[in-house]
Amino acid sequence: MAGHSNEMVDVLIIGSGASGAAVAWSLAETKMRILCLEQGDWSKQSDFPSNGRDWEARRYADYDISPNRRARPTDYPINEDNSVMKVANFNGVGGGTVFYTAHWPRMHPSDFRVKSLDGVADDWPINYDMLEPFFSLNDRMMGVSGLTGDPAYPPRNPPMPPLPLGKTGTRYAQAMNKLGWHWWPSDSTIATTDYDGRGACINLGHCTPGCAQGAKASTDITYWPHAIRAGVEIRPLCRVREVTTNEHGMASGAIYYDADGVERFQPAEVVILACNGIGTPRLLLNSASSRFPNGLANSSGLVGKNLMLHPWPQVRGYVDERVDGDHAPMLSLWSKEFYETDPNRGFVRGYTLQFARGTGVVNEAVQNASVGRLPWGKDHHKVYRDMVYRRLQIGVACEDLPEEHNRVTLDPVLKDSHGIPVPRIDYTISENTARMMDHGIARAEDILRAAGATGLYTSRTLLNSPGHLLGTARMGTDPERSVVNEWGRSHDVKNLFIVDGSVWVTSGGVNPTSTIQAVALYIADQMKQRLATLFD
Amino acid sequence: MRNESETGLSPAESRDLRCIAGVMIPADAGLGVPGADDAAIFADVVKSLGRDLPDVRAALADLTALSGGAFADLPADRQEAVTHAFHATLSRTAITLGRVILQCYYRDDRVVRSLGLEPRPPFPLGHKLEQGDWSLLDPVRARPKMWRDAP
Repeated sequence: MAGHSNEMVDVLIIGSGASGAAVAWSLAETKMRILCLEQGDWSKQSDFPSNGRDWEARRYADYDISPNRRARPTDYPINEDNSVMKVANFNGVGGGTVFYTAHWPRMHPSDFRVKSLDGVADDWPINYDMLEPFFSLNDRMMGVSGLTGDPAYPPRNPPMPPLPLGKTGTRYAQAMNKLGWHWWPSDSTIATTDYDGRGACINLGHCTPGCAQGAKASTDITYWPHAIRAGVEIRPLCRVREVTTNEHGMASGAIYYDADGVERFQPAEVVILACNGIGTPRLLLNSASSRFPNGLANSSGLVGKNLMLHPWPQVRGYVDERVDGDHAPMLSLWSKEFYETDPNRGFVRGYTLQFARGTGVVNEAVQNASVGRLPWGKDHHKVYRDMVYRRLQIGVACEDLPEEHNRVTLDPVLKDSHGIPVPRIDYTISENTARMMDHGIARAEDILRAAGATGLYTSRTLLNSPGHLLGTARMGTDPERSVVNEWGRSHDVKNLFIVDGSVWVTSGGVNPTSTIQAVALYIADQMKQRLATLFD
Repeated sequence: MRNESETGLSPAESRDLRCIAGVMIPADAGLGVPGADDAAIFADVVKSLGRDLPDVRAALADLTALSGGAFADLPADRQEAVTHAFHATLSRTAITLGRVILQCYYRDDRVVRSLGLEPRPPFPLGHKLEQGDWSLLDPVRARPKMWRDAP
């Protein structure tokens, strides 16, 4: 690591994923000295699985969405034994955006007023209208494809046209029209035209574990090139152990291990955490000291609590003709028919239905064999050939409400490769969520039948969660009931900010990255407006 | 065939693995596909075991226990019955054993061609996706606002 200085920086950002990249880029215009420490490395498009014939097998190995299975040197293990849902993430420049499906729904206005509208959980201290300029800015920075006019949302203007319907999307659309239910082409951060150096998608179809052509937006190819050109420094392969504090109770910097495993101290005037809803509480809890014996920024006792993971049942069926399979981006349409609360359904809040195109030849076989639906032996070929490239699959993106017993703590035994205690998660699904899941599964079955599918199969919880890690350092105006204030600053440590999904008060029923980044840009904007009084 | 030190499998394990691969996915002359015990496919399976080797060895031990001896030495009808019984456990080891065979079988050129697909990686050629008929959206466009205002 020769040449790396540990001189004082104005802003130290820990984590380079969705939120860390957005904040780095936004703050760059202040001309402050900004450094980002990232425990993972840069990804190369030429390394991504869809370059090779083993592209499907690698999703079960070095490109698995589970860090425990992937087990790269840049990953840290997570004890998830006491959770019905498992963790998905990616540790590298770009973070989870390298590994996401690029599905791009925003939270709805009602998602920020859960208590006021539905009498459960808590309202956010910010609302949709406050975030709207940052949603739009973020859509331009990430490059979003979509279609204006969706009656389920306030107006928005994606800068690129939507992904094509394809055969699978057409099947879904006809079924939804038959049922009279809402559907709309999904907003997506997959480019459909040339955009900011990215080419229009050529349908490699294997988007989740990295896009080999770079049509899918991940922050390593969107925000970071702009931020670096504006003077931000990013240091990959640097794993932070703890955030340090001084005698004034302010953050003084961070201790980290560089790429050679050498322990270093990086002083900073401001520290910003962007490590996701599990990495951030882990770091705060690992930063306990005599001044902060229960973990940093944890006077409320809420650091790590209220973990939300989005239970996500999947229902699939098979039609009598070949559809798109994995020859296109995985996600196609969404439906908001059951998103807003209807008390007649037996639960509060709601869910998005997410329509997927299908999967590849290996994955079709592996998934069905693993649940006993694809036989081994004489009948194998006959059953398989009625499945391959005939799949329709609907995901039910359920909002799970915050509950303090769903939490991240430090595992008392397990440590990462640097000897740092790793997270343990405890998570159960509530009665309200379980009823919501049942309702969503039944509606997905209705849609699949209307689309002509048979052989329906439901997976109530995915093998791994969708990787939506939320709520473990919530924002709010009351220091006893929240970890950060309404603009992301720790109540306890006035130069410590949190910008990732940890600050979410409730989870909505949508993929969170769009809203995570809008909130991060909002916090950065608030910081810029308050530079002279930032620590008051 | 690679030796034990290269594959991580003993000769007996290798023999049982190849045998169950052939029972699991038999050749089909009508479809023009080999079985998973085909020499090239099996070589790919063995070469690709990697991090799955411990689970595969555990699976083969489970199979031996279920067979009451070497699986490969059982008569054909008994092999079929044991294979079904082992799969029905849906144990971690059974699922892993299945996956390591399936992921190599379904990337073999002959098998991929038999499915009407080109044996190539997605990049750089990609695929064509038809645009579809966007007039299907007309009834949805006509719907009133669905979101709740929440200042």
